Amino acid sequence: MEREIVIHTEELTKRFGNFTAVDRISFDVYKGEVFGFLGANGAGKTTAMRMLCGLSRPTSGTGTVAGYDISRQYEKIKSSIGYMSQKFSLYEDLKVWENIRLYAGIYGMKDKEIERKTAELLERLHFTRERNAMVRSLPLGWKQKLAFSVSIFHDPAIVFLDEPTGGVDPYTRRQFWEMIYEAADRGITVFVTTHYMDEAEYCDRVSIMVDGRIDALDTPANLKAQFGAESMDEVFRSLARKAERSE
Amino acid sequence: MLSVEVSDIRKRYGDTVALDGVSFNVGKGELFGIIGPDGAGKTTLFRIIATLILADEGTATVEGFDVVKDYKELRKRIGYMPGRFSLYQDLTVEENLSFFASVFGTTIKENYYLIENIYKMLEPFRKRRAGKLSGGMKQKLALCCALIHKPDILYLDEPTTGVDPVSRKEFWEMLKKLQQDGITIIVSTPYMDEAVLCDRIALIKEGRFMTIDTPENIRAGFADELWAVRSDRMHELLYAVRSFRGVDNCYAFGETVHFTTFGDGSFSPDALKDRLRAVGHGDIRLERTRATIEDCYMSLARE
Repeated sequence: MEREIVIHTEELTKRFGNFTAVDRISFDVYKGEVFGFLGANGAGKTTAMRMLCGLSRPTSGTGTVAGYDISRQYEKIKSSIGYMSQKFSLYEDLKVWENIRLYAGIYGMKDKEIERKTAELLERLHFTRERNAMVRSLPLGWKQKLAFSVSIFHDPAIVFLDEPTGGVDPYTRRQFWEMIYEAADRGITVFVTTHYMDEAEYCDRVSIMVDGRIDALDTPANLKAQFGAESMDEVFRSLARKAERSE
Repeated sequence: MLSVEVSDIRKRYGDTVALDGVSFNVGKGELFGIIGPDGAGKTTLFRIIATLILADEGTATVEGFDVVKDYKELRKRIGYMPGRFSLYQDLTVEENLSFFASVFGTTIKENYYLIENIYKMLEPFRKRRAGKLSGGMKQKLALCCALIHKPDILYLDEPTTGVDPVSRKEFWEMLKKLQQDGITIIVSTPYMDEAVLCDRIALIKEGRFMTIDTPENIRAGFADELWAVRSDRMHELLYAVRSFRGVDNCYAFGETVHFTTFGDGSFSPDALKDRLRAVGHGDIRLERTRATIEDCYMSLARE
């Protein structure tokens, strides 16, 4: 069976002056896949992700995201993806429903649909009572779950998650991953970065960046076999040790 | 000899209870970890024992000095590295370090031996502004600045958050080295796997310490029967095991699924394997396993 490709890059490169942040990376991500994008701090993950999200243009190489060219159709890409990061996700000074309304509005959803889906979402998260609560007042774990739900509220083809579970308690972290699986089961492709190596195990496939290149890309099981490693932590460490640049 | 004695500290911010009766001691030369998620009260606790804010109730002494009455004397003896980058972004690496040294009435030269190993890695960037440093370099500079007055005790609030596994390991090696130099260290982290690197740890949740002990004792104290299972269909496995007879708490755990049983004899490992095979799982491996600190945290947090 031919699997539908939602992210495709060929020799994708980004240079800042003499510095090659992303060095000719080529890879595919399939529809409904949970794709782990790993690498040490400074390996080039953020730069690569910014290009895939349509926020920065490649120096050379090509790529498509959700069928759109990242060099030319980046505005189209922005409306086809969802994005969430640990550092920024929701507006603290807006109420729960206002945050949902704001994001849905930005993505051009109709009022009626927003209303219906908001009620549905709050019900599913058991958040109905927090509808009017300021996001600031929610515990971090709740915020992250809400932020993820908001990032896929417009049913994007792909959602980019940048360290979504940093600092979250172990229980909520797992609930968060169960939400990721649900989204993937609905056909949303999940592109996720994390520093928790147990979470790398939860991905269908994982890529590991070292010094701007993708040095390994496979299922966690195959990577462990390939590196003769017991865990993804070991795989990661044996690759990152080779790194010549530190951030 | 005790370095830190904290008794029943409480702190509220409006309606929010940040610390709800925290008591603990830290011995001289000990590496003590405070383990728990963001928002559990770790930073508030650091600020109180660093003499930066006042507790509503309770007492704390550090190196024999009361954090309220003797704060001036105590401040000279504490090195504090806050969670958020706290250096002067517009000053260079060297200027930041000189500044912190001079505030404490010392010089870089006087205590250079303490920071030498760490500062060596920063030396090539001596003239660079702190704001232009990478995350790992900022972290190293902040540690140097917290050490330059030769404190008796070092507080590190989430020094490794957002840091990749390799750099995190390096950082812990630096801490071990400092401990050997005789410095008492209190460090907080949301990463459960770092707990085992501490002499003793406190697991914190919602302003309370759920337990304080050595990592080994906490693991040994895990009361339930814990199993690890894997198969060739990991995602479905979680739900299949969760709904099985006799299974209590069931969660993903890296490349396996961990679960506890009710301990009333209702769980049968053979029956679980049969059941999994029947619903299409292959490559099934099921075995008893020892609780990690993360298992312990989740178990205690449920109570």
